[in-house]
Amino acid sequence: MKRKAAGGPGKNAKPAPDTWELRLYVAGQTPKSLAAFANLKKICEEHLKGKYHIEVVDLLKNPQLAGGDQILAIPTLVRKLPPPIKKIIGDLSNTLCVLVGLDLRLRT
Amino acid sequence: MAKEKTKLLRGSLQKVPTGIVGLDEITNGGLPKGRPTLVCGGAGSGKTLLGMEFLVRGATQFNEPGVFMSFEESAEELTKNVASLGFDLNRLTASKRLLVDYVHIERSEIEETGEYNLEGLFIRLGNAIDSIGAKRVVLDTIESLFAGLPNPSILRAELRRLFRWLKKKGMTAIITGERGDNTLTRHGLEEYVSDCVILLDHRVANQISTRRLRVVKYRGSIHGTNEFPFLIDERGIVVMPITSLGLKHTVTSQRISTGIPRLDTMLGGKGYFRGSTILVSGTAGTGKTSVAAHFVDAACRRGERSVFFAFEESPSQIIRNMRSIGIDLQHWVEKGLLTFHAERPTVYGLEAHLASMEKIIDLFKPKVVIVDPVTNLISVGSEADVKAMLIRLLDQMKSNQTTALFTTLTGAGGPLELTEVGTSSLTDTWLLLRDIEIGGERNRTMYILKSRGMAHSNQIREFLLTGKGVDLIDVYVGPSGVLTGSARISQESQERDIESMHQQEIVRKKLNVETKRKALEAQIASLRAQVQAEEQELKKLTGQEKMRQNGVSKLREKIAGMRKEDENSERRKR
Repeated sequence: MKRKAAGGPGKNAKPAPDTWELRLYVAGQTPKSLAAFANLKKICEEHLKGKYHIEVVDLLKNPQLAGGDQILAIPTLVRKLPPPIKKIIGDLSNTLCVLVGLDLRLRT
Repeated sequence: MAKEKTKLLRGSLQKVPTGIVGLDEITNGGLPKGRPTLVCGGAGSGKTLLGMEFLVRGATQFNEPGVFMSFEESAEELTKNVASLGFDLNRLTASKRLLVDYVHIERSEIEETGEYNLEGLFIRLGNAIDSIGAKRVVLDTIESLFAGLPNPSILRAELRRLFRWLKKKGMTAIITGERGDNTLTRHGLEEYVSDCVILLDHRVANQISTRRLRVVKYRGSIHGTNEFPFLIDERGIVVMPITSLGLKHTVTSQRISTGIPRLDTMLGGKGYFRGSTILVSGTAGTGKTSVAAHFVDAACRRGERSVFFAFEESPSQIIRNMRSIGIDLQHWVEKGLLTFHAERPTVYGLEAHLASMEKIIDLFKPKVVIVDPVTNLISVGSEADVKAMLIRLLDQMKSNQTTALFTTLTGAGGPLELTEVGTSSLTDTWLLLRDIEIGGERNRTMYILKSRGMAHSNQIREFLLTGKGVDLIDVYVGPSGVLTGSARISQESQERDIESMHQQEIVRKKLNVETKRKALEAQIASLRAQVQAEEQELKKLTGQEKMRQNGVSKLREKIAGMRKEDENSERRKR
């Protein structure tokens, strides 16, 4: 599990809350998981600098954790805070969709 | 080479018993071991229950723990739902024989942002399987994923991978799927799971719903291909394969009384065969139930248990009515020898009736079973269905050497010898009750249409319902045909009159002759006396003559002596 904290305001469409708790579920160090983590970090740095917190859960190491957030797809990013809970599946390569999924951008 | 390999596999196809009543018979032993089986059907067809029962039976009867992965209902809901069937999921979960995992996906929460796979599901399922050492898996219903997750093409590829993975893990799995419009499942799961496909159906015909099960496909195994009715009761799923019982029952030549002495006489003097099937058919009001009641009464008198399935009258009504002909069924009920089971046929479907009847028979173990009347069951099923049900019921009873008596109502005006459900070929003894209309009266008659394996009377008997039960009387068969009722009585009295007239005539003639004889005898006696008198007279005359002759010769000698006649005189010589 990795923890990463950073700060800084993002240039988003609507005012973002101050704390962002994000959890990324992966299964081993697959290219997809690595890509997802890299993509996520990039987006957060860009939009939520200093306000976010990423937790990476490797289900191969902790399989029992899959039930808690109802994880089926890998990789899945779960936005724990701010509510409501949001789930974003895939390798997060589509930045626009990630922003929409995280409510950082209005759905067009 | 490849062919040989499949052949070998076929021979060695292992099966896992489901423990579901009847299903293992149809599938010849159960589901394919280590392979996924697709169970599809519409809403409310019993897919979830079949899956759950597969796991519960596996855990309790075959020591095979199971994982139930539910995509629709939560564990609490499932537990509550199956509790009514006697499945205690909490106990099984606590003892680690069952694991229910509720997978919930909310489409609105999910955003797809690129390539993904279902590794999370695999890990979750794998973890569940490993934690209890599961051998059985149920996925109910995995098609919900199509609604919850975007990008069906990825999903399809992942499902294919999932089933392969399950096979590799050696899991005997049930995958449920919602029935599609033209396909077995809405999302074509049958493309991936093709070893065994079971189709569940829930059909309504004539306002009565019937659940049916069909094994569409079973790779590498023979299986029953028919649609089999099944029902869900407190035993869980009960499939009723009609073909499961054959004509293998042994028979006995023991005979049992019909309860009507005269009828016993008609049946070769001993009554029905034990374990045979008796059909009593007739139009309305011909006394079918009374014949049945007599038989029950006789069985109870012998101390045998009987079950009376009534589809027309309530038990108390039957008891009251039978009391009027002198049969007290109440005290047999109180003694526990007789049990009534009365139900309107329309309360549920045929297979439910069959199941409940089988259950009662299993429970009560009767020697005599009455179904009164079977024809009422037609209101809930087609003729063919009822016949199939009866065959099944009869086979079961015959194998237990239970004697069954069915009554059937034949419509007035229809051919009497045609039973509505075509049960005639199933029965061993067939009593036909019919009305004969003569002289403004309707009278009951009875005859034996057939009775397999015994000599029986071919005569029509008049059938009387008296205060002491059924009585059978010879009908009048004379030059003017068959007479019954008062026509018979008047004919008989007429005959009696003629008869007595004849007899008087004879007596008179006899007397005549007697007097004549007496007169003649008297005459003979007087004549004889006359003859005697004359004979006497004759004797007297002869005597006198002798004496006279004697006197004459003596006189002559005297004279001769006096005349000194010589010895050789003419006179002396004379």
